[in-house]
Amino acid sequence: MKVTKKDLENVAVLSRLRVPEDKQETYIQQMDAILTYMDNLSEVDTENVKPTTYALPMSNVFREDEVKPSLDREAALSNAPLKENGYFKVPKVLED
Amino acid sequence: MNYEAVIGLEIHCELKTKTKIFCGCATGFGADQNTHVCPVCLGLPGVLPTINKRVVEFAIKAGLATNCEINKYSKFDRKNYYYPDLPKNWQTSQYDLPICEHGWVDIDTSEGKKRVRLTRIHMEEDAGKLVHSGTTIKDSISSDVDYNRTGVPLLEIVSEPDMHTAEEARVYMEKIKAIMEYIDVSNCRMEEGNLRADVNVSIRPEGSDQLGTRTEMKNINSFKSLEDAINYEIERQTEVLEDGGHVVQETRTFDPARGITLSMRSKENAHDYRYMPEPDLPPIITSDETIEKYRSELPELPDARRARYEKDYGLSDYDAGIITSTRAMAEYYDAVVATGADPKLAANWIMGDLSKNLNEEAIDITKSPVDAKRLGDMILLIMKDTISGKIAKKVFKEMWTNPEAPEKIVKDKGLVQITDTSAIEPAVDAAIAANPKAVEEYKGGKKKALGALVGQVMKATKGKANPQMVNKMLVEKLK
Repeated sequence: MKVTKKDLENVAVLSRLRVPEDKQETYIQQMDAILTYMDNLSEVDTENVKPTTYALPMSNVFREDEVKPSLDREAALSNAPLKENGYFKVPKVLED
Repeated sequence: MNYEAVIGLEIHCELKTKTKIFCGCATGFGADQNTHVCPVCLGLPGVLPTINKRVVEFAIKAGLATNCEINKYSKFDRKNYYYPDLPKNWQTSQYDLPICEHGWVDIDTSEGKKRVRLTRIHMEEDAGKLVHSGTTIKDSISSDVDYNRTGVPLLEIVSEPDMHTAEEARVYMEKIKAIMEYIDVSNCRMEEGNLRADVNVSIRPEGSDQLGTRTEMKNINSFKSLEDAINYEIERQTEVLEDGGHVVQETRTFDPARGITLSMRSKENAHDYRYMPEPDLPPIITSDETIEKYRSELPELPDARRARYEKDYGLSDYDAGIITSTRAMAEYYDAVVATGADPKLAANWIMGDLSKNLNEEAIDITKSPVDAKRLGDMILLIMKDTISGKIAKKVFKEMWTNPEAPEKIVKDKGLVQITDTSAIEPAVDAAIAANPKAVEEYKGGKKKALGALVGQVMKATKGKANPQMVNKMLVEKLK
């Protein structure tokens, strides 16, 4: 078993997810199975392979520094659950 | 025990491009909230960012101007964290292949010249702005978010922990500011947040080569705050260690009003950024030709300009350092010298009366009521003996509020220096007659007594007599 309860809790915090107590064991096993499967890759000889940082054979896709119209503010805010005076409104940022 | 501080800076510098780093939204400061936003910078699903070519150009120029190596292969990465100023929940930044690495700048401190190494310079996007409902972030039940600044291009300039005092850190940041202004990649207006620093401070017993636990103060946006925050933190950490405690690695906020730093008490694992290569942005491959082209476009940098002033104009290293400390001052200086004004006099006037007046009224040199042309013309009047250096101070004061040419002011106010001996002679005779004691002392060998007589003549002529001439006439008459 690679994945521990602590790993699960950590991943849950990082991804802002709440994992119900009765699901924890299931998820730990599933994550473990995924990681074990991924381990197959480590058997491939990568001695002479450069690390891939980008999958497509492309580089230097540039944009000129020219202003394009922005969104109307109403449109920009239209999906916001909370708004106030043209701002996106968000709940308390720092916990005490 | 004596402690030594170890200080490193991460300077964030907003670039003066017209548009954001990955979209065509305008970057202008002070627009109405959420009017410079689009699907790309709001992080809506399915959008495709494209890098602004100017940002890459500016980053490479910044690297060349700070003696960095330019990475021929550079890429972007996602830095993941949750904070409402970042709509995508990651900041597009650079991790292991930044555009520039391994640079250095030289700084002048009260202890002499010093070299500060740069670890790297990388490109990234700025975050939005939060307006809190309460007086501080902690007592706010909600916050308002403006995403106009989200996606404004930033350079993050990371130093090695090569500094040991608040002064060194300030001078280093001033140097970076000067260089960015010279190469014209940023407005560097600190009050608008164009230039701000995250500062890392730790202390260790003097002579130790181990690093102590550091704390980080974020978003310091003035030179005074930088020095105050560092000095406070050194003092605080020293007290903690002397009380037998240990410094906690944490982010602290600096309160400029109270001059103290406060713990932010952020969550333990808040700093697991889980960097990953940005799949939406192809890598940047830079050729030698491009690097050389950008290098050839760089203007004269502060250090080179300073050396030139010393060599061509005979300025002292100190004076040349001050004049070249900002691009604006150096350009003002060049414009004064271009009028034909003596370079040393020009430097003295700029560092003296001009700087004093500008500082008192908090005016930028580019908006000086006495522009370079008029200051140059005034210095020419001193060089032609039309006015004395002392009268020039009066003329300068008048010029501050009077837009006329200095020559006209001198004429209108009757400040032309008297160089006609027959006009000065009566005052000289009167001074000799009225001060028998000084005359006697002078004749008795006390040469200093002449000064009192010169003073009397100057007073009688309202400072307009040529002092050298008065001096000479008195010596003649008292033979």
